[in-house]
Amino acid sequence: MSTANGNKQKGGFLAGTANYLDERVGVAGILKTFGRKVFPDHWSFMLGEVALYSFLVLLLSGTFLTFFFQPAMTPVIYDGIYGPLKGAHMSVAYASTIDISFEVRGGLLMRQVHHWAALLFVASAGLHMLRVFFTGAFRKPREINWIVGFALFVLGMAGGFTGYSLPDDLLSGNGLRIIDGMIKGVPVIGTWISSLLFGGEFPGHGIVARLYSLHIMLIPALILVFIAIHLFMVVIHKHTHYSGAGKRDDNVVGYPLAPVYVAKAGGFFFIVFGVIMLVAATFTINPVWNYGGYDPSPVSAGTQPDWYIGFLDGALRLTPSHLEVMLGNYTLSLNVLIPMVVGVLFLVVAALYPFLEAWVTGDKREHHVLDRPRNAPTRTAIGAAGVVFYAVLWAGAATDLIATNFRMSLNQVLLSLQIALIILPIAAYIITKRLALSLQRKDREIVLHGRESGRIVRLPHGEYVEVHEEIDEYTRYKLVDFVNYQPILARPNARGKITIRGRIRASMSSWFFEDRVTPVTPAELKAAHSDTKELH
Amino acid sequence: MKQNLKNARRSPWSAIAVILAGLILTGSGFVAATASTSAASDSPYTASQVDQGHKLFLSNCASCHGKNAEGTANAPSLYGVGAASVLFQVETGRMPGAISGPQLEVKPVQFKQSDIDAMAAWVASLAPGPSAPTAAYLAQKGDASRGGQIFRINCAMCHNAVGAGGALTGGKYAPALTHTSAAHIYEAMITGPQNMPVFSNSDLTLTDKTDIITYLQAVQTNPSIGGFDLGNLGPVVEGLFMWIFMLGGLVLLTMWLGAKSN
Amino acid sequence: MSDKKNGLVKPENAEFDYSAGLAKVDADKFADPGIEPHRVRMTDKSVKHEKAAARQVASLFLFSIASSIFAIWAYFGIKVYSFDLNSIRSNVLFLGLGIAFGMLGIGIGAVHWAKTLMPDAEVSEARHQTRGSEETRAAAIEVINLANEESGFSRRKLIRRSLYGALALFPIPGLVIFRDLGPNPSDTLKHTMWAPGLKLMRDPSGTPIKASDVELGSVFHVIPEGLAELGQNEATYDEMIAQKAKAAVLLVRVDPAILIEAPERKDWSYQGIVAYSKICTHVGCPVALYEQQTHHLLCPCHQSTFDLPDACKVIFGPASRPLPQLPITVDKDGYLIARSDFTEPVGPSFWDRKA
Repeated sequence: MSTANGNKQKGGFLAGTANYLDERVGVAGILKTFGRKVFPDHWSFMLGEVALYSFLVLLLSGTFLTFFFQPAMTPVIYDGIYGPLKGAHMSVAYASTIDISFEVRGGLLMRQVHHWAALLFVASAGLHMLRVFFTGAFRKPREINWIVGFALFVLGMAGGFTGYSLPDDLLSGNGLRIIDGMIKGVPVIGTWISSLLFGGEFPGHGIVARLYSLHIMLIPALILVFIAIHLFMVVIHKHTHYSGAGKRDDNVVGYPLAPVYVAKAGGFFFIVFGVIMLVAATFTINPVWNYGGYDPSPVSAGTQPDWYIGFLDGALRLTPSHLEVMLGNYTLSLNVLIPMVVGVLFLVVAALYPFLEAWVTGDKREHHVLDRPRNAPTRTAIGAAGVVFYAVLWAGAATDLIATNFRMSLNQVLLSLQIALIILPIAAYIITKRLALSLQRKDREIVLHGRESGRIVRLPHGEYVEVHEEIDEYTRYKLVDFVNYQPILARPNARGKITIRGRIRASMSSWFFEDRVTPVTPAELKAAHSDTKELH
Repeated sequence: MKQNLKNARRSPWSAIAVILAGLILTGSGFVAATASTSAASDSPYTASQVDQGHKLFLSNCASCHGKNAEGTANAPSLYGVGAASVLFQVETGRMPGAISGPQLEVKPVQFKQSDIDAMAAWVASLAPGPSAPTAAYLAQKGDASRGGQIFRINCAMCHNAVGAGGALTGGKYAPALTHTSAAHIYEAMITGPQNMPVFSNSDLTLTDKTDIITYLQAVQTNPSIGGFDLGNLGPVVEGLFMWIFMLGGLVLLTMWLGAKSN
Repeated sequence: MSDKKNGLVKPENAEFDYSAGLAKVDADKFADPGIEPHRVRMTDKSVKHEKAAARQVASLFLFSIASSIFAIWAYFGIKVYSFDLNSIRSNVLFLGLGIAFGMLGIGIGAVHWAKTLMPDAEVSEARHQTRGSEETRAAAIEVINLANEESGFSRRKLIRRSLYGALALFPIPGLVIFRDLGPNPSDTLKHTMWAPGLKLMRDPSGTPIKASDVELGSVFHVIPEGLAELGQNEATYDEMIAQKAKAAVLLVRVDPAILIEAPERKDWSYQGIVAYSKICTHVGCPVALYEQQTHHLLCPCHQSTFDLPDACKVIFGPASRPLPQLPITVDKDGYLIARSDFTEPVGPSFWDRKA
């Protein structure tokens, strides 16, 4: 192979291509900059990649589906191969979904790939957020990236919901009806929004086509933009790493992008796609042909949204009776508003948490070494309470299934969950905080006195003791490398007054940091050694 | 009330007569078989069956339903419930009932078929009531698509769109219909056991009932086309499966990916 | 590979000291021992292991090739005969498995390759503070100042302020054009198709119901006369759906002795036959679960429970208002008919439903 100017290129085709690209897009500079960039290796850092890859799977499978799906609500009489629907009145959208399933080879497989990938996308994004939360990876300078990630999570829910409603089947139709009922409950403007969304009265003629536009254009475009911003910021900040020997705020320790991370992350894309494909080939999801086309009169037992909307549906179910109030002649549907506000408030608090914590700590430094969850007991406890709160709401969306599968009374399940929604998060907070503190104490024990070796020896004077093995300096460093925070006191400002802001901040600070275990210092270790010397 | 029951009783026979006439006219061998089974159930129970049924009733049922089936505080009267109720309740093992609970459960059947028929004969002899279905209704030759539509409007809110069952208030539930025989589906519709409403022939016609049975049988016998169906319980179960097995599996794979090789 | 040995460069602007807030870093702190020494793998030590690993990776890639070929065969080879659902199922299963193993072969092979055969010693790279160095920041400020000066952005108040105004207003037409997404909500939300004299019809067949048809303990799903006909015509199909979404009714006969009826509703039922809106007053699901012994109506979506004999009052769940009752009677032929429309809006509450 030779180039135009006759220079012999050694290395054949690959080298030729590289040369071609470098002369046109300057690929050498890009490779020089990024080729050996270091990425820390830890399983929990791959969760965001699961989300990224399931989104790619969604784009690929979704594109396939758009070639066959027709988003119209025009009525047709079904004349396909599925017997139990033959002759039924249905919309074009529903009929084309059935046709994709039964008359396009691979169509049902792609529908199932798309739906499983959608569930996985939101779930893995959620799990990734939990990892970021519990390790404190949202701290400076990553607060904005937390918000971007949060927006991606919400966009994922929006993408999922708009997609769920497209087939115009009985299940999703009743889901839309619930959304319509919630929108109508919004004071003053509720009926206006409903009319604009549905193009008139529910269900109208255009909602499927409108949701389709959002589902295949606006929402995926926004997700792509936010993913680009998210990853761009990861490049700017470089990835965080867990605390441990050699890992500091001014370095990043891991494997180089090429070849190790290219192989690992590239291979992982195929693994994620493969797992989705494996599940889609063997487990059915949303068998729409079972539900029938949308008809406002029927409803099926077990009518529920996909999991990521479940917490909102659960909030609706757990609201007590008779909350509607009249303001003169106007109706205020608190039974719909309260669950909506609770759901939205929960998300808003989650989104703003990094700023709240930064305000309380007053810490302006950059953090690139992650906290072990036990070393931030209050944050970990808050996170646990939030997870439990969300989980109870989520379980609330399945009251009927819990009742039938565990042979319990539907009414009692609901009442228990109402109580659990208040009690369990508090319990989770207390238990998690105690647990984190005792784990910290255990770390101190290990650093000071070593690990229990399981070897029992008898001392000359007859006493039996277990030999403790001293840990190596690398393990020890992991256990002592954290910062001791001390609560601030409310101090008077320049004019000699203690402001309310200052008081709140001081009390928040003492709530955060009052209970704490300090890391072992070399002096303490030395003292401990001289105490127990005879045992070693 | 009585009037309605009489109507209910009269109409099935006339429909069967029409069907029988049609079948006989076609004159195929299949007709002969169908006609003979229909004819068998057409004939009233024998006197000895009624007698034996009464004895079985006194020794097994009278403690709750009363000596003359007049009903007690614990159990309803059996006047007018018809043979269909007895067949449904006893053949599914719901009767004799267990100690109190929110509702009667399906249990292993306690009687021989001949004894069940005898009890049905005796209860049927007390007062007119819904009788056992004839083979024609159960032959699943109806319109599955129409049956599906009727099922969704009348039944799916309790039993789920494909009969996977669902919850009612206070610990009661609508059972899954996945293993329910055609005869029991028919008998449940016509008698309205426990909290299930009665779907008399003036509400769902015999054609409607045949179509529903055809639909349910089609759903039971069709393969789950997309793979294992996870109980057809809908998005909650799908979500749980995804969290535990898909995301759980992927987390295990990330751990393998992140672990150092030996 | 220790940091100390490498003499890691100090980040250029690490001297910028931020406030640590409440953090107290003890002066007496353990020193960082540096990256843990590399642990040698079996594949590094023994040629046998290395060759075995290489063979495993290659076999995984070969397995992937075989699976992909299998998937192509499954696509064309398993005929999707019309009406044979089993064949569709096999097609989905084998096509999917082929593709899945084709991908898993590549993925697992690549990761195995990285883990066993590529270097696994961790390396360290310097990380700089996100904040630009003082020179960079000064240069950036200079750029801004220069741009400001050259454009006169601060100086020319009129230009600046009129630009702000223009920028504030230009998106509004973009919002206004969405006005025609839907009409103003009108009174139609407060009315249904029901009118005096309209027969109660079975859903979906559209046949009329005689009072004598309604047995004690039975339940009828009801639509108004004329609705089924709307559904037969493509032009009026949407109208049928929209009307059905409001007009669906549940018809039940109970023992008249257990009915608790307000004086003004005494003539709304007929011999214990009552008709209630099927649309939940919570968020609008069809409330269709009738328990014939307890006479409870349960909504399968959010478990609101209504006590049917007591004017469908809410006894459990998130709903607030009773289901609206449809006043009914019989015509001269004994068919059930509506006395009027519902006397209040059906379905979920909205702001001005009473106004």
